[in-house]
Amino acid sequence: MNQWITVCDLETIFPSTGICALVEDKQVAIFRPSEESQVYALNNMDPFAHSNVLSRGVICEHQEKLWVASPLKKQRFNLVDGSCLENSDVSVDVYKVRIEKGKVQIQL
Amino acid sequence: MSKQKVVIIGNGMVGHRFIEDFVEKADLAQYEITAFCEEPRVAYDRVHLSSYFSHHTADELSLVKEGFYEKHNIKVLVGERALTINRQEKVIHSQTGRAVYYDKLVMATGSYPWVPSIKGNESKDCFVYRTIEDLNAIETTARRSKKGVVVGGGLLGLEAAGALKALGVETHVIEFAPVLMAEQLDQQGGQMLRNKIESIGVNVHTGKNTQEIVVGGETARNTMKFADGTELEIDFIVFSTGIRPQDKLAKQCGLATSRRGGISIDNHCTTSDADIYAIGECASWNEKFFGLVAPGYNMAKVAVDNILGRDNEFTGADMSAKLKLLGVDVGSIGDANGRTPHCKSYVYVDENRSVYKRIIVSSDGKQLLGAVLVGDTESYSDLLQYSINNIELPKHPDSLILPAHAGGEKVALGVDALPSTAQVCSCFDVKKSDIADAVAAGHTTIGAIKMETGAGTGCGGCVPLITQILNSELAKQGIEVKNHLCEHFEYSRQELFHLIRVEGIKTFKALLAKYGKGYGCEVCKPTISSILASCWGEHVLTREHNGLQDTNDIFLGNMQKDGTYSVIPRMAGGEVTPKALAVVASVAQQYELYTKITGAQRIGLFGAHKSDLPDIWKQLLDAGFETGQAYAKALRMVKTCVGSTWCRFGVQDSVGLGVELENRYKGLRTPHKMKFGVSGCTRECAEAQGKDVGIIATDSGWNLYVCGNGGMKPRHASLLASDLDKETLINYLDRFMMFYVRTADKLTRTSVWLDNLEGGIEYLQQVIMNDKLGINEQLEKEMAEAISHFHCEWATTLKDEQQLQRFAHFINSDAKDGNVVFTPERGQKRPAFHDEKAPVYKISLEEA
Repeated sequence: MNQWITVCDLETIFPSTGICALVEDKQVAIFRPSEESQVYALNNMDPFAHSNVLSRGVICEHQEKLWVASPLKKQRFNLVDGSCLENSDVSVDVYKVRIEKGKVQIQL
Repeated sequence: MSKQKVVIIGNGMVGHRFIEDFVEKADLAQYEITAFCEEPRVAYDRVHLSSYFSHHTADELSLVKEGFYEKHNIKVLVGERALTINRQEKVIHSQTGRAVYYDKLVMATGSYPWVPSIKGNESKDCFVYRTIEDLNAIETTARRSKKGVVVGGGLLGLEAAGALKALGVETHVIEFAPVLMAEQLDQQGGQMLRNKIESIGVNVHTGKNTQEIVVGGETARNTMKFADGTELEIDFIVFSTGIRPQDKLAKQCGLATSRRGGISIDNHCTTSDADIYAIGECASWNEKFFGLVAPGYNMAKVAVDNILGRDNEFTGADMSAKLKLLGVDVGSIGDANGRTPHCKSYVYVDENRSVYKRIIVSSDGKQLLGAVLVGDTESYSDLLQYSINNIELPKHPDSLILPAHAGGEKVALGVDALPSTAQVCSCFDVKKSDIADAVAAGHTTIGAIKMETGAGTGCGGCVPLITQILNSELAKQGIEVKNHLCEHFEYSRQELFHLIRVEGIKTFKALLAKYGKGYGCEVCKPTISSILASCWGEHVLTREHNGLQDTNDIFLGNMQKDGTYSVIPRMAGGEVTPKALAVVASVAQQYELYTKITGAQRIGLFGAHKSDLPDIWKQLLDAGFETGQAYAKALRMVKTCVGSTWCRFGVQDSVGLGVELENRYKGLRTPHKMKFGVSGCTRECAEAQGKDVGIIATDSGWNLYVCGNGGMKPRHASLLASDLDKETLINYLDRFMMFYVRTADKLTRTSVWLDNLEGGIEYLQQVIMNDKLGINEQLEKEMAEAISHFHCEWATTLKDEQQLQRFAHFINSDAKDGNVVFTPERGQKRPAFHDEKAPVYKISLEEA
């Protein structure tokens, strides 16, 4: 399964927001922290509430790292490794993501 | 060992304080506590009795936290009067025939109003001013009267006169002495007070000796006849001619009483019987009784300590006071009349502003002996500290009362000069060290210190001083109070608001580049977005601002726990036409939305998929609805009662005003959500006093209350102004709203904002009504601008193709979120619990 799957144009993701893509049967939250071509991908499910909402969280910076704050109860998840700032026992899956010719691609 | 029986006769302010203090200090397992409470309700705040006329709930005045007596197993015999004490048998008999035995007895029987023996004073038009029952009777009579008089121009008399004025009757005050408040003020101070009171329409008659009250008159029900031959026609009379210690029971059982009345006590608050204590207004210490609550509280403490075998003595009391009578600030400290031999005075008079200040100092000019302040009590707390803590006066003591322009530099009393034992709050006997301890324990705001220590929650006169101590302690303990927004901005919300406004900054990025650092976070982004929206009316859903929005704003709906949204259209004032209602119903049905009346008099539709939101809102907008902004930190709604249009009790059109106000302020982003209420009469069916802004109709206009809150920490709203016409009301509201928007910290409701505002409601009144800061014109302008920016966020969003694309759940599929599953409940649906969702495991039957 080392296949890169194209999900959308980078430009459809507004800077400093996230979107959710359906990749096979998985909900993948893709975040674009700035105008630059840098994106991150996490599983979309908030592990505390079991709801698919992380793509709708605010992207934030703490301890010089980037996180997304869950829109439900504001627990923060690291965009690089999926770890949770509030509870080290909890984490979300991360996915490989890249930009190819202006397209966002995911590898599950 | 059997429990020791402690019995308290009297459940007034002091009797209750005794119990509170006892509960705090004693091991309750060893005691059985019983209290007699003659009045039909447990202890309430008599000091703020007059406020009963504005809120009409005895609960509001109650001093007893719900469940307090039950929790501590204290038996309170409500409505039961102790009739006799048998000291040999140590038993009390009540009017119900009950016998209550005691080991230690505490008399807290208080005082009774003394009424001079004037012929005719037993008429049903004559009242006293002491209990809630008295107030109810006065109000009933005032409703069918035009003219009322208060006999007695002392502190309580003027308080009563204020109440009469508020009840809308022509108000007179009769004083036997040649001057008002002769106990607390000197002649000139009394005169200044009189001028001010007369200027607001209260008629003052001094040097009048009432001889007789006769029934009948040409313009009123009764006529008062005075010794000098003059007469006054009046409908009803309130006597406030002093109090006398209630010592009847003590006399009955043979306890020693004072010549001038009162149960004699020693420094331990013990009476002539070692097992009986007396505290509060019923007690006489050194032939003196104290008609203020603070000395009573002190005695309560002393009695508790002595019963528990601890050492504590009552050593007299400071009778200084600061109050607001009929809107006039009055302060009196120590020897206000300058009776100390060889004392000297400094006097400052400003007839233009009706200000009078006098300080009385010792012959060597080093100690402050007393002070009188009328019209301006700003220096009260400093002066009080000089007086009670014997702090040496500055070289020129007059600099303490001169205004800045006349006295050169202001000599401020350094709080560090105060000994740690200095009493800061005399109402609750809070010392400087108590405040320092509270700060050290992490209570670093005025609001938190009030809560923790009780300081500043009585008369409030010490709040400026508490603030100084707080700041000094914080500096000393090296605690830096940061109200910095977050790690990305070393500025408070208020400072950032100012910078954005003054420098015309329009984007988060520009602000971050100039005043912040790093990337930003879930705290600063939504806060700045809200400020940008407040200042410039910036639409929250633009490409530039999308990433700043918090959970609800980003899709213009309140996210529910399963990731679906609620849809709440505006129904200003709670009004909705049947036709529009039918559209709500049909939309709800079409999208299978759970439907409920919300706490804010609106209809909420729940369980909408994000992807359906634009279609749902389009239908609602087509039917004439607009966004209700239930998702925003903004004005949510104005709750109204039906008002005079339909209600047979209403006196004003509360719905009409509510609709107008909701439409005026809708859309304005505020530091936190805001709720309004408008009631059409004093019955207050809209519960306006529990709202950020509460408006209650009066016969002649509207009373404006602000900074109330239901929710987590309820707070009764404070009265900002009374009897306003609509134009003035809206004018004040514009200023109030904008001042709050400008100055509140992030996510601070108005109630907390006011609690932390130095100077409290009086300061707010100064700002809003007297333009103390000189910013009102600007506030009004900013509000007018904000109002002009209003647009329905849903209408704007529906026109923006790019934004609409964001509402799909998947960027690459039209599918919906399969994890959103509902379960039927009470004829509708609810989000399925985790374990109710489709089973994850497939069971194989092949093995069998």
